[in-house]
Amino acid sequence: MGKIVIDNNRCKSCYICTETCPKKLIKKSNKTNRLGDYMVEFDDPKGECIGCAMCAKRCPDMAITEVWR
Amino acid sequence: MSETDKVLIKGNYAIAQAAVNAGCQCYFGYPITPQTEIGEYLSGKMQELRRGYVCAESELAAINMVIGAVSTGVKAMTSSSSCAVALMQEALSYAASDELPVVLVNVMRAGPGLGYIYPAQGDYNQSVYGGGNGDYKIIVLAPSTVQECIDLTYKSFYLAHKYKNPVILLADGLLGQMMEPASFGEYPYPEIDNSSWALTGAKGRNSRAIYSCARDEKKQIEHINHLFEKFELISKNETSWEEFETDDADIILTAFGSMTRNIKAAMKVLREKGIKAGCFRPITLSPFPHKRINELGKQGKDFIVVEMNMGQMFKDVKYAVNGESKTELVNRPVGEWLKVEEIVSAVEKITEKSYAASI
Amino acid sequence: MQQVFSIPKSMKENFKYTFCPGCDHGIAIRLLAEVLDELGIQDKTICAASIGCSVFIYDFINVDCIEAPHGRALAEATGVKRARPDKVVFTYQGDGDFASIGLAESMHAAFRGERITALMLNNTTYGMTGGQHGPTTMMGQVTTTSPTGRNREYYGYPARMAEQIALADGCAFSARVALDSIQHINEAKKAIKNAFQVQLDGIGLGFVEILSTCPTNWHMTPEQAHERVRNDMVKTFPLGVFKNFE
Repeated sequence: MGKIVIDNNRCKSCYICTETCPKKLIKKSNKTNRLGDYMVEFDDPKGECIGCAMCAKRCPDMAITEVWR
Repeated sequence: MSETDKVLIKGNYAIAQAAVNAGCQCYFGYPITPQTEIGEYLSGKMQELRRGYVCAESELAAINMVIGAVSTGVKAMTSSSSCAVALMQEALSYAASDELPVVLVNVMRAGPGLGYIYPAQGDYNQSVYGGGNGDYKIIVLAPSTVQECIDLTYKSFYLAHKYKNPVILLADGLLGQMMEPASFGEYPYPEIDNSSWALTGAKGRNSRAIYSCARDEKKQIEHINHLFEKFELISKNETSWEEFETDDADIILTAFGSMTRNIKAAMKVLREKGIKAGCFRPITLSPFPHKRINELGKQGKDFIVVEMNMGQMFKDVKYAVNGESKTELVNRPVGEWLKVEEIVSAVEKITEKSYAASI
Repeated sequence: MQQVFSIPKSMKENFKYTFCPGCDHGIAIRLLAEVLDELGIQDKTICAASIGCSVFIYDFINVDCIEAPHGRALAEATGVKRARPDKVVFTYQGDGDFASIGLAESMHAAFRGERITALMLNNTTYGMTGGQHGPTTMMGQVTTTSPTGRNREYYGYPARMAEQIALADGCAFSARVALDSIQHINEAKKAIKNAFQVQLDGIGLGFVEILSTCPTNWHMTPEQAHERVRNDMVKTFPLGVFKNFE
């Protein structure tokens, strides 16, 4: 059981996190940022996040600011 | 300063010991004739005092090491000579923009290019106008005796820190290699508190960054204006020169650095010959004593600039005189200093010519 | 629940990276900040920044920084360290800065064994100027100044800095790491920490070459760029520790 916090102001939509998450809980959302890129969102309805922090460690922009386990 | 304090010392050693006395914490240098004795002297001295010393891999590295050291608030310097000072121009531009108290001693040799080790004064332009990019100003002090090598080394450190501006001490091979009696005394200036800007680690405060990268055009305009306002202040407070018998003079011989010695002697000979000569010698080449020269020009006094280059300071004198009186150049590009009798006969020729022209 | 990841304290408040999407600079700076946090040295550390994309480190990290002219970071760092031996000093440079224009300063800092930590990001190109051929450009790599790819005849061979620096007697630690996977990122952090530890222990120069992506100038997506690091770059620039003076 875990959770992450995404700071969409920092996210540049490189989508490394969507590939990295072992449970594929980070997805492209329908919302766009100032540059018109689709932002990412944490979508974990079943509580599958294990709080491994792999997404945060690979995020080049530190847009995943918190990981809880 | 009493006579008993005096020691017989070479200009280069005098500069080096004066730096030690001034509290120079770090010296970084690369050998080049005719200033190598400065590095030789300081290599031992700095280690003895457990201060910073590096035999740098190049002059480029040396001046950048100075930038690194002074950015932490300490006094530091490097020394070099003409063609190698050319290598340092990039760093001087950075240091001026960064407002860092870099002290650079340039013991001039002959140029252009490699030139050779005989003396010359060809670095007036390089020092005063700079070879670096962008608009910036350097303080330039030119000693004429070994005693002044000491006094102006002290002053270099003081002015650099007082105004957070790079300072060049512009000596020449003649001074560097010459022995004269001189006394050191003690460093006569107050210590400047650098704690408001020095990089010492962000302990109990926000981090600081010293940089010249200027992404914001408006801020850069402000910054450059600030640098030039600061130099106006330096100009107002620190412009210094020496005058001899200018009051009644018709002709003022003008020189900087060690050539001052010869124009003083020439002045005496000319006076004996009935020509009313005086002497003028800027001590700060930058800021230049424009105002005083202009005043003297307005009094109808003609200027004869004597220098060992193709007329680098001559242009500044002419600019300062601004047509108020006549300006002439007596020069030799490099090599053996113009002798007193050569200066005298050149002046006589000029005065005869102008006398002939006036009738 | 327990917080297992947070922004390092050595980062500036409200910093926002200005690097291109997918650029590894962001990860490298985070690892550096984490190491400063863990060693508890943020408040006595001084950084010599360089020219190139790496210059903006002073916008992001809460550490005193001096910006060095192109290639002179290790000279300025030497000046800082000699003036203040009690401070921790590091440089943050790109491959162009460290291995091309600043090669003399880099090698001599290693020869002298300066108690400094040097981090070099190797992305095989000059990123800020738009992707030109540089000292670490790989054989065959197309850049704007090697339009048909790097060849031996016109360009010669890429520089392998981690191995070269390791040869210097004054080098205490030299490693090459990558940021393309979690495992490599963890190893990179360990290497950066070691490179600071040898400085703190007063042994000599600590050097880490960090293989990094430049998706913009490589004309790749971030994930493709990381694949290039993983599959191609490591062949020319093998990962590993080349010197560890313990």
